[in-house]
Amino acid sequence: MHLITCPWCGPRDEAEFAYRGDATVARPAADAGIDAFYDYVYTRANPRGWHTEWWHHAAGCHQFVKVVRHTLTHAIAATGKPTDTLPVPAE
Amino acid sequence: MTRMHRRPAMRARTGGHIDRDTTLTFRFDGRELTGHPGDTLASALLAHGVRIVGRSFKYHRPRGIYTAGPEEPNALAGIGTGARRTPNTKMTAAELYQGMVAESQNRWPSLRFDALAVNSALARFLPAGFYYKTFMWPASFWEKVYEPAIRRAAGLGRAATEPDPDHYEAAHAHCDVLVVGAGAAGLAAARAAGESGARVILAEQDFLLGGGLLADPVHEGWRREMTAALEALGNVVRMPRTTVFGYYEQNMLGAIERVADHLPEPPPHTARQRYWTIRAREVVLATGADERLIAFPGNDRPGVMLAGAARAYANRFGVLAGRRAVLFTNNDAAYATVEALAAAGADRVTVVDTRPLGPAAAAARTRGVEVLPGHEVVGAHGGRGLYSVEARARGGDGGFQIDADLLCVSGGYNPAIHLASQSRTPLAWDSGIAAFVPGTAAGQRSAGAARGRFGIAAAARDGMEAGGAAAAAAGFARRPAFELPAGGADPDLTVAPFWEVTARGKSFVDLQHDVTTADIRLAHREGYEHIEHAKRYTTHGMATDQGKTGGLVGAAVLAEARGLPVEAVGMPTFRPYVTPITWGAVAGHHIRREFAPIRRTQLHDWHVRRGAEFLEAGLWLRPAFYPRPGEAPWDAILREGAAVRRSVGICDVSTLGKIDLQGADAAFFLDRLYMNTFSTLAVGRARYGLMLREDGMVFDDGTTTRLADDHFFITTTTANAGRVMEHMEFHAQTVWPELDVQFTSVTDQWAAMSVAGPNARRTLAKVVAGLDLDNAAFPFMGVADATLAGCPVRVFRISFSGELAFEVATPAGYAAIVWEAILEAGREFAIEPYGVEALGLLRIEKGHVAGAELNGQTTAADVGLERMAKKKGDFVGKALAGRPGLTDPARPRLVGVRAVAPDQQIRPGAHLLEAGSDRSLGWLASVTKSVEPGGWIGLALLSGGAARHGQRLQASFPLHGESVEVEICSPHFVDPENARVRA
Repeated sequence: MHLITCPWCGPRDEAEFAYRGDATVARPAADAGIDAFYDYVYTRANPRGWHTEWWHHAAGCHQFVKVVRHTLTHAIAATGKPTDTLPVPAE
Repeated sequence: MTRMHRRPAMRARTGGHIDRDTTLTFRFDGRELTGHPGDTLASALLAHGVRIVGRSFKYHRPRGIYTAGPEEPNALAGIGTGARRTPNTKMTAAELYQGMVAESQNRWPSLRFDALAVNSALARFLPAGFYYKTFMWPASFWEKVYEPAIRRAAGLGRAATEPDPDHYEAAHAHCDVLVVGAGAAGLAAARAAGESGARVILAEQDFLLGGGLLADPVHEGWRREMTAALEALGNVVRMPRTTVFGYYEQNMLGAIERVADHLPEPPPHTARQRYWTIRAREVVLATGADERLIAFPGNDRPGVMLAGAARAYANRFGVLAGRRAVLFTNNDAAYATVEALAAAGADRVTVVDTRPLGPAAAAARTRGVEVLPGHEVVGAHGGRGLYSVEARARGGDGGFQIDADLLCVSGGYNPAIHLASQSRTPLAWDSGIAAFVPGTAAGQRSAGAARGRFGIAAAARDGMEAGGAAAAAAGFARRPAFELPAGGADPDLTVAPFWEVTARGKSFVDLQHDVTTADIRLAHREGYEHIEHAKRYTTHGMATDQGKTGGLVGAAVLAEARGLPVEAVGMPTFRPYVTPITWGAVAGHHIRREFAPIRRTQLHDWHVRRGAEFLEAGLWLRPAFYPRPGEAPWDAILREGAAVRRSVGICDVSTLGKIDLQGADAAFFLDRLYMNTFSTLAVGRARYGLMLREDGMVFDDGTTTRLADDHFFITTTTANAGRVMEHMEFHAQTVWPELDVQFTSVTDQWAAMSVAGPNARRTLAKVVAGLDLDNAAFPFMGVADATLAGCPVRVFRISFSGELAFEVATPAGYAAIVWEAILEAGREFAIEPYGVEALGLLRIEKGHVAGAELNGQTTAADVGLERMAKKKGDFVGKALAGRPGLTDPARPRLVGVRAVAPDQQIRPGAHLLEAGSDRSLGWLASVTKSVEPGGWIGLALLSGGAARHGQRLQASFPLHGESVEVEICSPHFVDPENARVRA
């Protein structure tokens, strides 16, 4: 079970969070077209390695936390607020 | 216990960690036997000379006690009676208690005579992968013939069938240093960390602290001193009977504390077991090592056991496992067993050593022990017990018999790396001990035998260093100072790898699953070369002992077949659980009514008093209907629905999700979230809204009210309240963080009740103050604050039923007062409370869609709401709702359905077919008996939609063999002009 540091609440158990997927995809502009939205909704890289993702502190402060997590080792390199830019370690 | 009991034949007069002053009686397969506090079931049985304790899984071969710990493959018992009978309990770890009732497993009809032992003679027809090969054809035979037969023949114990009478707790713990294992290394690590001031937890699966020290009388003084010192340290929590079973991310470990398994039943108000979740800054794994077997023909015979186990029975339990012993070894450490057996009164011990004569062998010879260097064991003979061991010069022909009733085997030791491996710590091959050893990882180190530092003194020194280092890493720097064990030289634990004796006969590498060296080779020949494939094909290492004694031996046999070194073949991935745990402990208190929380509305007690039948809606309990005495459900539902259509009814709708939204950009935010527009909504007005997911499907619907320019009150469906909240949070926080919006759930803060029917206004007008309910002053979709029976209320003129209706919301604490006041006011109109069933009936008659239609697979156009979409501006789901697949005119569209014979029941889920066709054109989503027009009606999604109005189709429900003729119609059965709601 991950120990995730919520920027508002501090280190909290994974059980308090809900996973909300890839945090690197950005919602396209309204007129970007179906293909751009298709990619936004469906197309994912599924990387083996570091991944920046959303974790919703659903049983806590209800804030979305940005988490840089290693999908193989489950190590967490950084967490931050949604507007933060988090450094992603080299593999 | 007043009776005098004779000392069992194999019990020594003195020595060990048992209390001979107290005698415990227990039953094994109906036979009454005795033991002492400190015994395990296995040690007590061995004291009585019990040899066969079970039959093997596949061949039903007789099996004896093989180890002295939780790594045991053979000695499994069902312990306890009735609802407390626990199957597959390892006798070697089961602490004896007065009155224990134990039964051997996997034998029929009895241990001494097993009818299925014929499998052994049929072994050539039961090779590796036999499930996959033999029972594949014909497919229908699997369920009816093969599986029941295999289950009866091969079962590992039977679970109790009654509900578990015990309860289980969950607990969390945090510490600076967690030490797993309380052998020499663990005791030293815990003390070193504890004396530095760190908060330490020391978890030990055994009921005594000491690990290997318990079988080592030389260091007993040091063990006592260490346990006393730990007891004196207030910051060290010692947890015996606690198995750490899993190592998860960021130093979270799971453990089971067996609180009361050593008692006949748990004391009152005491859990049987406790499931611990431990978060540790630093972890020291002092899990020791498991001795490994050697594969040779007959190595599963009762009377064969691991050398360390024979030593533990002698030294810890004062039990002699055999009088005429042979020791088969490839290492010096096993020679300690010779001394232990001699001290416990063995007549003689013969050593068969695979190596040339070495120092340990020479020293044994000087003490008069017969040693056969450069020899190997090629057979163990006997039926229900061992009577001779066959040996020969290594690789030679022929052989000779050694009269023996005990054969002790040692193929070396494997560090117990299960937890380290689970945590993804890298493993390295140590050729000196021919085993994998763990490295270190962030926040974790292994110590002692767990990383190949064998011997008491070496392990203690390593543990002290690891404990000090762990404490320092956690921020505690004080230097510990205590004596390390003195006396007794550590044995040389380097081994000459020796896995298998090549000779005719069954040589087992997995005793619990009956996997032989031949099975491993067969798997290799058939292409299952990878260790993970060979494991699954042969089931090697997949039994409840997880291959702790033979896992590496099987890997070595596979490596030899592949022509590779063992380390290149490796071990299968280790996963939780290190040893099996009880399901009850995993479930804890989350069973029956405590499986999930229950949400009740403020009016719940009233509903109960009124005799409501309840149904679960998500976590909520909602009144389904309120039957009168003797009234059938449908009669009650139709009565309630008719009250609304003809006069007035009241319904508790407090479960709807409610969200209070404020901020300068609130209206803009709603325009983005909903497919229709809210920025044009006037203050004091409500509007129905439809929310899509980004993929273009309908997500949720509800009514949103504008309370001020920058203040909205949103309602959601009961089922989606949490998901809508999360959807809003995601978009506000991550997609458009620049918007000035704040919102919070107020679902529990407001109670809400719908007052519906032609007499709704007359009813409310009697009790509402401060608000003119007249149609001109308070039109459809109006919202205003008022008071009712002195309580503040907010009145919404909205309708789900299609009748003139008002929704009255009040701060939750006033709910009962407001509800009772409305009922009193409505008495002259024969007001009826109505439940969820009538609510559904009314909305189906009106053609309002709900969860059955908005099921996540329907678009706005599918349910006839496409005209709500705004033409200008972005909203979630807009782009993908335009996908060709979602705009296909052939998609099923919302229609009404009416049974041609009104009394004929139709069912949700029924498919709509043309007569004589088996092609589904759509399906029924919701059905009800109706007040208007009467008879069975429903809402359906039907290809062709409105173009089929007036057609007759078959509503087919093959599971019930039903096909009902229905007529397709408009979904608006009631007041299609929408006049009533505006009246």
